[in-house]
Amino acid sequence: MNIKMKVGLFIPCYVDQFYPNAAIATLQLLEKLGVNVTYPANQTCCGQPMANSGFEHLTSGCNTLFMANFKEFDYIVAPSGSCVLHIKEHIHTPNHEDDKNISGKIYELTEFLTDVLKVTHLTSNFPHRVGLHQSCHGQRGLHISQMSELVEAPYSKPQTLLNMVQNIEMITLKRKDECCGFGGTFCVTEEAVSAKMGKDRVLDHENNGAEYITGVDLSCLMHLEGILKRKNSKTKVIHIAEILNAS
Amino acid sequence: MIQELKHHATLADDFNQNEDRVGWHDDTLWWIREKRDKIAWQVPDWELLRDAASNIKDHVLSNLNPYLVQFEANAIANGITVHWAADAAEHNQIVLNILREKEINKLVKSKSMLTEECHLNDFLAENGVDVIDSDLGERIVQLAEEPPSHIVLPCIHKKKEEIGQLFHKHLGTPEGNSDPQLLTEAARHHLRETFLSRKATVTGINFAVAETGEFVVCTNEGNADMGAHLADVHIACMGIEKIIPERKDLGVFLRLLARSATGQPITTYSSHFKKPRENQEMHIILVDNGRTKQLGREDFRNSLKCIRCGACMNTCPVYRRSGGHSYHYAITGPIGAILAPNLDMEKYADLPFASTLCGSCTNVCPVKIDIHQQLYKWRQVIVQSGYAPKAKVLSMKAMAFTFSSPFVYHTAGKMGRAVLKYAPFTVNNKFNPWYKQRDMPEPPSASFGEWYKKNRN
Amino acid sequence: MSSKAQILAAVLANQPAKLPQPVFEPFSPQGQNNLDVFVKTAKGIGSSLHFFSGMQEVKNLITSSFSVGRIISPLAELSDIAETDFADLDAHTLENVELGVFKAHFGVAENSALWVTEALLGKRVSPFICQHLMLLVNKTAILQNMHQAYDSIGEADYDFGTFIAGPSKTADIEQSLVLGAHGPRSLVIVILG
Repeated sequence: MNIKMKVGLFIPCYVDQFYPNAAIATLQLLEKLGVNVTYPANQTCCGQPMANSGFEHLTSGCNTLFMANFKEFDYIVAPSGSCVLHIKEHIHTPNHEDDKNISGKIYELTEFLTDVLKVTHLTSNFPHRVGLHQSCHGQRGLHISQMSELVEAPYSKPQTLLNMVQNIEMITLKRKDECCGFGGTFCVTEEAVSAKMGKDRVLDHENNGAEYITGVDLSCLMHLEGILKRKNSKTKVIHIAEILNAS
Repeated sequence: MIQELKHHATLADDFNQNEDRVGWHDDTLWWIREKRDKIAWQVPDWELLRDAASNIKDHVLSNLNPYLVQFEANAIANGITVHWAADAAEHNQIVLNILREKEINKLVKSKSMLTEECHLNDFLAENGVDVIDSDLGERIVQLAEEPPSHIVLPCIHKKKEEIGQLFHKHLGTPEGNSDPQLLTEAARHHLRETFLSRKATVTGINFAVAETGEFVVCTNEGNADMGAHLADVHIACMGIEKIIPERKDLGVFLRLLARSATGQPITTYSSHFKKPRENQEMHIILVDNGRTKQLGREDFRNSLKCIRCGACMNTCPVYRRSGGHSYHYAITGPIGAILAPNLDMEKYADLPFASTLCGSCTNVCPVKIDIHQQLYKWRQVIVQSGYAPKAKVLSMKAMAFTFSSPFVYHTAGKMGRAVLKYAPFTVNNKFNPWYKQRDMPEPPSASFGEWYKKNRN
Repeated sequence: MSSKAQILAAVLANQPAKLPQPVFEPFSPQGQNNLDVFVKTAKGIGSSLHFFSGMQEVKNLITSSFSVGRIISPLAELSDIAETDFADLDAHTLENVELGVFKAHFGVAENSALWVTEALLGKRVSPFICQHLMLLVNKTAILQNMHQAYDSIGEADYDFGTFIAGPSKTADIEQSLVLGAHGPRSLVIVILG
């Protein structure tokens, strides 16, 4: 890719507020790889929490803001499959050409690394046992990895990158791509099922000896972290950017 | 609304009171999903088959009027009587009229989700007709006075000990015995008597072939055939969307149906009924009950492609942990959640929200219904139609206000982090369901935005 | 307006613009040899299999395995050991049949289903009501998959036809597989030739 290309860093609201380290790792990783990356200060949220709750009609403010912040970039990169998918599928502004343009140039971090930067090696080192949580929107929405439902050849962009990390040991899960149960406002409106799904997912990682659960979406990881902490588990969550940027 | 309706979240919460049982339910259904995966991988062109099935169904929906006309004409030519029912009430009345004309007050019925949708059993009972369901799972829930919790596996929510108790009470099996072999044998004897003594039977229809006027009924137990081939009157009920153009299309659907449903290569019996037996009456009831309305909803019409395999239920991580009854509708799970609001948007307003939108359903669906996309779209329609809870509307408006302005967002963010213990999200500050089983994230000292300002500009 | 007219009008008004009827290419076979796939699949779903060269062996099997109980078959070759003239009886009187023996038109490798029509059954109910079922199929009549099956059926005019794959079964009680739900407790497939 042309090194002069301008990349806009899109940091979803909850990452900005609760997980700044994942955002810092994303920024540093992209900078290490020679990307000209800028973070527009006036960004807020993609609008997904409202839209998934049936209030897409209230997201025009978010959409306009997003367009204003990111229209001029060649690429938009975010450490979140879910928010990227939302923008890709649901950004609606008065100018449909602009919408299409945004949809075509927004990337989740790992797909940007494998598909645009075509990264083949990394200098990171992470000597731990790690379980990969396949977040649904990244996987089934953005197709960053093949889903178990389809009779198709398997692949995984996040896994390809994790394989480049030195001394990392990946664990195998019993259910390799089951939803964690976060689901946006589902996590509070359907508390019982959401928590049970999270507990089951956590147990799969723990039973297979994960020290860390990683993934491309902190929304899922935040939910899993909440459950891990409640049970005083030794297993921790970490965003994939932090592993790929680890030295 | 006068009747107090328990919504999915409440019913799911009830179901989750016994966590071990939820785990058992989840594992049982996941096992079926795994069987489905295993057998799908044995079919080299699985994804092409799904495409073919989806395309055939899309074509049918786009040409449904002529196909219905063609099917009716051919069925009549085959000696079958065809009835049309605009809604559930008319369907039920037609069944009753046929029985009354023959002075029949006892019926044996094989599985038909349409008759569940129409509440046929209740209607017939009110009118003095005794109905016995002959599918083992359906018989079990009938004895338990419950609706089926799954369209293919009606009593998947029941433990064998509970079934043992039911059979002890109703069929006289030994107390405390819950051996599936013994219980099935008891049901076999009980239902043989039923088949031999009932003069009328109701079955569902899996596929109706426009080209030939025949219809296909698939079972593993043989109960539809036992009923149909012994009864003087056979009434077969179908939704108008069950039509397929040609006999050869069955090749596509019969390859997909059982593999998707239970991981079997095909059901034990795939029976093609073309003409009645000598001296037998055969009726088909073509039912609308909201289907033409759904056909007119562009975003939702392809839900009518459903072949009722239940794969979306087996794969759904929510269904597996909330149980079929939490959907409070005849068709449970993800497909039920996109069909039900078409019939009664207010009553079923909760169902499209009973999902994480993970998308697994869409990708196991043998006819490629975009189920999770429709769940998302139903949410928009339901909110726009005014069926969202008031508190939610207010909180969503507050959220939209916050996120529309960088200034408000940055201020709220600082405050939000400070009071994180009490409010994980701005939507949620009165009650805190998050905290019931989950801890909060550790609040960082600064947001990324603040860090960036210090370190990069 | 009648319900029929009302429904058809609503369908016409609401159906989208007509999409073409899809044409699909032949699908790939599941294995190299149809018979091998058939046998493996049949065993996998609880059928038992025999390879016989002629009807005498079929008779020997029947007399050795089903020595007691009523046997029906429309096959003239079996008239000395089975009732062959049951077609005109009331269907209910077949209730005590122990074994039914019938010919199948063909078998399908991918799912071990056997296609039978009323003409081969004597009575529709006969392959369902018997305690045990034996179906005979020619070795050369094993097709690859369901597409070939329907090609073979073509425009045949039957009153009733059914694919039978394995014994009657249920797994409704905690997903425990039990053979012999309402129909035959066992399916014996004889491959002839």
